[in-house]
Parts: sequence; C-alpha cells; structure tokens
Amino acid sequence: MNDYSILIGGKAGEGINKAGSVIARILSHLGYFQYMYYDYPSLIRGGHNFAIVRASTRRIGTHRNAIDFLLALDQNTVDTHRWRCDAETVVLFNANKVEAEGMGIPIEDIVDEEGGSSVMVNTGLIGAFGRAAGIPWDTMEAVLTLEIPKKIETNLRIARRGYDTVEEQNPIPPQEKTTHPILTGNEAIGLGLLEAGLEAYVAYPMTPSSSLLHFLAGSAGDFGIKVIHPENEIAVMLMAQGCAYAGARTAVGTSGGGFCLMSEGLSMAGMTEVPVVIVMGQRGGPSTGIPTYTAQGDLHFILNAGQGEFPRFVISPGNAEQAYEWSARALNLSWKYQAPSFILVDKTLAEGTYSFDREIPEPVGREGEPRWEGGSPYHRYADTESGVSPLATVPLGGEVIKVNSYHHDEHGTTIEDPVLVAWLNEKHMRKEEAMLDQIETLSPVVTAGKRSAETALLCWGSNIGVCTEVAEEAGLRVIQPLVLSPFPVQAFNAALEDVTTLVAVEDNLTGQLTRLVEGLGCCVDDAILRYDGRPFSLEELREHVEEVIA
Amino acid sequence: MSRRLITDAKNTWCPGCGNFSIQHTLKDVLAGMEEEGRSLDNVVLVTGIGCHGKMADYLNINSFYAIHGRTIPVATGIKIANPDLSVICCAGDGDAYAEGLTHMIFAAKRNIDITLIVHDNRVYGLTTGQYTPTSPLNFHGRSTPAGSLEKPFNPLELALVSGSTFIARAYTRKLDHLRSTLREAIDHRGFSFVDVLQICATYYNMTESYNARVYELEDHDPADFNAACAKMREWDYSSDAAIALGTFYRTSAPTFDEEFSKGRQGDEERKGAIAALLDQRV
Repeated sequence: MNDYSILIGGKAGEGINKAGSVIARILSHLGYFQYMYYDYPSLIRGGHNFAIVRASTRRIGTHRNAIDFLLALDQNTVDTHRWRCDAETVVLFNANKVEAEGMGIPIEDIVDEEGGSSVMVNTGLIGAFGRAAGIPWDTMEAVLTLEIPKKIETNLRIARRGYDTVEEQNPIPPQEKTTHPILTGNEAIGLGLLEAGLEAYVAYPMTPSSSLLHFLAGSAGDFGIKVIHPENEIAVMLMAQGCAYAGARTAVGTSGGGFCLMSEGLSMAGMTEVPVVIVMGQRGGPSTGIPTYTAQGDLHFILNAGQGEFPRFVISPGNAEQAYEWSARALNLSWKYQAPSFILVDKTLAEGTYSFDREIPEPVGREGEPRWEGGSPYHRYADTESGVSPLATVPLGGEVIKVNSYHHDEHGTTIEDPVLVAWLNEKHMRKEEAMLDQIETLSPVVTAGKRSAETALLCWGSNIGVCTEVAEEAGLRVIQPLVLSPFPVQAFNAALEDVTTLVAVEDNLTGQLTRLVEGLGCCVDDAILRYDGRPFSLEELREHVEEVIA
Repeated sequence: MSRRLITDAKNTWCPGCGNFSIQHTLKDVLAGMEEEGRSLDNVVLVTGIGCHGKMADYLNINSFYAIHGRTIPVATGIKIANPDLSVICCAGDGDAYAEGLTHMIFAAKRNIDITLIVHDNRVYGLTTGQYTPTSPLNFHGRSTPAGSLEKPFNPLELALVSGSTFIARAYTRKLDHLRSTLREAIDHRGFSFVDVLQICATYYNMTESYNARVYELEDHDPADFNAACAKMREWDYSSDAAIALGTFYRTSAPTFDEEFSKGRQGDEERKGAIAALLDQRV
C-alpha cells in the first residue's frame, strides 16, 4: 500500500486551504484517494493555518500525525510541526522567511522576478513539492491550470521555477486508477439535496456551515435554485417554512448557536407539519466556543430541541458518499412524512475534503410525497392511518390550505377541545412509527472493519473514517448508526450480533451516542472521548484503542 | 361563483373589538378583487399570535397561522417561492414592533412584495394588558403598574427610514378610508405597510380620543419623502396631537422577489447539472 502525507502551513491570508486543495488534486490526478484536514483559527490575517493532505491507494477518511513532506511558508510551520517529522521527511521551505534543515527555496525572490503577487508564494512551494515527489510536470501544469483561473501564466512560471530548483527526494508513483472528483463534506451534502430536488436554500453564515451557503449560492444559476441569506436564523427557519408552504423543497443550514434561534421555528414545523431539512454542522461549544474546530456535542440538543412532542429524522453521515446519499434521503423523507429532517454533521466532515466515488452512493433521486388527489373540501390535516395527511400546494382551485401553529382540527382551524387536542398529538406521533418502519428498510446502521469481530468500535459522523482504518489494522468491527432518530433499534441490534465488547468513539465529553444507546438497553463497555476541538488522527485513535482493548 | 369569505369558526373577540372592522373590511376588499376577476386562490394570509391572529381562522382564504412576531419571514418565503401569489400579513403591534421588529425593518429594506397590516391597538390584549412599543409614555399596564418608562416608536417613521415603498395609517372607525387604504396597499408592488389604529374594547379603548383627533391627509404628495417624514412626525404616538390618516409615502423600486430564478429544474436536467459539476471536480 502506498500512503503519503503532506502538510502545508503558513499564515491566514496566504491561501493555505487553496494550496492544500491544489496538492490534493495533484495526488488525485496521480490516481490516489485523498483526504484533507484543514486546521485554522478564527481570524482573517496572521495566525497559523495548515492543511494535511493524505493520499492513499485505498479509501481514507482521516489524517495521520506523521508526515512525508513538510511545506513551510513561515517559520511557525517548521517549529510547530517538527514533531511530526522523521529523518525521511522532506522539508521544503520559503528560504526568504524560514531557517530550517531541508531544502530552502527563495520563493519570494522568484515571485518578484516573475512579476507575481505575494499570494503566489504558495504556487512556488507547490512547484518544488512536485519535483521533490517526482510528479511529472504535465500533471502539475494540468492541475494548476484547473485550480488557478487567474494569472495562470505567471503562476505556471513561478511553479516551474520552484520545480526546477529542487531534486527528486521521495517519489510518489502514479497509480493506474480512476481519478475521482474531490468534494468537501458540505459540497456532498449540497449535491445530495440537489439530487432530491432542492429548490431553495436559506441560511445565515456560521462556521462550519457557511461553505455550504457559498457553494449553493455560487451554483444557484446552474441548478435553478433560490438561495437566500436573511437577517438572522429565526428568519431563516420561518422563511424556509414559507417556501415549503408555497411548494418549494427547502433546506436551511447552521451550527449550534444559530440553531438555538431556529428552535422556535422547528417546534412550529412540528405543529404545522410543513417539511424542512436542517443541515446542522457541529463545532465546539458551549456558546461561541471554538468556532473553527470540531465537536459532536449537539446530538442530544438536536434530538430534543423544540417545545412539545413531535417526530423528527436525525441523520448523521460520516463521509462524502454517505453525505450525498443521505442528504438526498433526508429531503425526500421530510417531504414524505412532513416532519423536520436533520443532517447532523461535524466540522471534520463539513470542511474536510474527500475523494468522492460516484459509484458508491445509491441513486436516490427525487421521490414523490403523498399528494392530495381531489375531493372537496381539502383538509390539510386529514386523519389517516399513518398520521401523514396528503400534501397540496397553493393555489388549489377553489380549496383553501390552512396551516396552523396552534392545536387545530383536520381543516387547520384552531381548537382547544380535549378530544381533538389528544387526537392531534397522537397523529403526530403516529407518524414516527411509519418513519421508523421506513428507516429500518434503508440500511441505517453501517458496519465496517472485520465484521465477525467480537470487539466493536461504536461511532457516529466523521469518526467512521478513522475508526474503520484502525479497526481494519486491529481486526475490530465498526458500527456506525447513520440514523439517530427515529433510532433503528432492529438494525442496530443486528449490527451488534455476537459483539462482546463495545467501545464508543466520540468527539464530546459525556458520550452522547453512548447515552442514547444505553437508554435503549445497550451496554457500552468503554468510551474514547475527545473534546479539544481536534479530530482523532490515525495514530492517536490507534493508541487509545490499544489501551482500551489491551 | 364567489366564495363565502367568513368561516364557521366561532368568533371569540370581545364585543366591540376593533378586529371586527379589519376582518370585514379585508373581506370586502377580497370580495372586490374577486369581482374584478382576480382569483382568491392566489391570496395567502399570514398571521402572528395575538387577538389579530384569529383572522386566519375566521377568513376563508389560504392561511398560515404562524408564531408570535414571525409573520413577515413566513410571508417572505411564500412570496419568493411563488411570486404570483398575493401575500398579506396581519400582525399585532407587539407582534410586528416588539418580537418581530427586525423582520419588519428587513422586509422594508429588501422591498419584498408583501403587504403588512398591523392591528395597532397599542396594548397586549391576549396576554391581558401590558404596554407595547406603541403605547404612550407612562402607560399603566399590568407589567408597568407605575407607568411605562419608554417613549413609543413611531412605526411610520421607522418604516420610512428602513426603505418601505408604501406607508399608510388607517383607523378602524373610518371604514371607507380603511377599505381604500388596504386595497391600495395590496395593489402596491413592493413592501406595503399599513398601521391600523384599532381600539381594544377591554384594555385600551381610545375611541373618543381617536374620533376627536383623526383627520384625512389632503394636499399631500406621497412621492415627497421629506413631506412624508414631516407628516409622520406630527404625532409621536404619545402626545395629544392631531392624527393624520392616509398614504404618507409611496414610491416604486425593484422588489426582492423578482430577483430569483423562476420555475423548477426537471429531474433529468438536474441530474445532468450534478454530473457536470462532478466532472469539473475531477
């Protein structure tokens, strides 16, 4: 197996995320699966940003600590990441700024001589990396041309100077493999929503969901969708309800703090039965917390948000393919059952970059929902066995459509009669039974690793990547519930068959999934919990697992 | 066939409530629109929570009985999703000016083509008598028994500086004027705002005071921003000054809803667009 890890670091504003993406795409063009972790503080200029790009001949979804190439735009990068290096690590650095052992390239001099701008320093360093990794120049040129639309001739001259300055050090051989598209988790979510017929997206910016807003706003013309950025998350949720009432399949996106403001609208959606999809990207809390770092601390908040009792879907994908397929499902399910659907992700997935194998997601498409088939009068909340009332959209040929946040009768008129109050509450929760029945048919619990192993890692969200890799090495099973509400007990118990030791892996302090499954009678033997805002690296989780199962 | 515009729902407003005037005036306006051949299937009423909200139960038209303070974002979403609809918000003064003030300012700012009718009785009725943003200074309500300490907002001025393209005031005891004003507001293209002075029979019955002070605007040019501003400032919602009724300001500007793509992409076209995007990411 070939496996390479490249770290590029510098200050915010030096284009580190972009440089990481270029490196990822170069490796992808060589036929590797790639994964990129991007680490940045909450500031615009200065500080220390770094991207770890990993390339492998097998599918990966995590970074590792040890690196094969260190690309340093500033001294801080060398000093901060020296511990990751060994004697074999190739260190390439900006010789105009950095003192280090390795290969210094006077990139700023090169940029000046070629008439480039200061941000092009990273292009020079990428060029040097290409040569050190033995990558053919035509691959470099092709990818740079795809990735850098502006001033490409200057960028290519600078990259070529970097390329020609160094010698080949640690060649990364090309593979005869398919080159997959590269997507962030958020982009995969957006495309999945689009596959199921998304017509409107409403959001207020908040890390780590802002890049989904940017992606959909940037692509709105290509997909004929309406993208709205209103005054606050209260308006976001209520506008989404208005859009859905008028017939548009609509999603919203936020993080925990923004979702706090949406919770009154969420409860309204529970009562009005007007569908909505909520993309909830978790970051470290409470409150403002650590805005640009990861966490899985909001599961119980999402499971329980909103006054009153009403059903909801909570779906938590863990990689780009799952994000695509299950975001499409989330949208279809919300419309089919007229209940809110959450796509609950973490920063690691939302902003991580993945090779997306388009053969993997099941084609979901736009599924229809139960529609009114005529018969006057139209009752928006018609009583049915499943609790789901046929949907209709204004204008409706002489019939009125009344939705209501108060307790109401079948027509949507406010009531306080105790019999009708109980009827409506039961109608809402009857839907949950139908929702669960459908979820159980959709393979809602993933197993990976050695599926016959009696020791299993239990995880959710992005940890499926690192858990799978550790489990494959150590001969363990991995269990990942993709749907957390309504919880697929049957599928989960089937996944647990013959497991004698269950170890939870979560990015929170209190073991939120652990508490959820323990409430269902499942016994979790141990938990590996991380709550410092950083995702587990391969080595870190491997070490924790060895300690726990020793 | 014209539709019956009042539902069978039991009416629970207090005897003498100003809401009856707005309900029946709006009904007459809708009936007039239908007579002119406009289908009421294309009208959606959005209400907040408060006595005014019961309009959603009592009028036999499409309605979204939303939550306190949130009529405007719901109405905005409806209008963006289907610009062919006429969307009318009935909101209370606590609803629009306290809980939901941000939404009103932004609706004016973005000139979304909806109509906001504020049932401004200047008191919280359904929660039994507290001061609102338009109650006069020193209002003795149940949360301010010694008198409120805050001067009221002038909602007309607020709408003007926020960019509203239609601003009017009406009164529930001047029905003909109320009817023509509501119709003008609904027909206006852009964000139209009508503050309707409405008496609360139980907690703030201003009938005598309003009857003595209201007058209809004459020789006023609603296209003149400065004249509109001056007229709005005649009465600050606290003093005993004369109260002008009428259209203070009217102008035309591009509306927010017309800026969005129209129609839905077909499933095959959508699949093609997704495949093309993925190809670009290889």
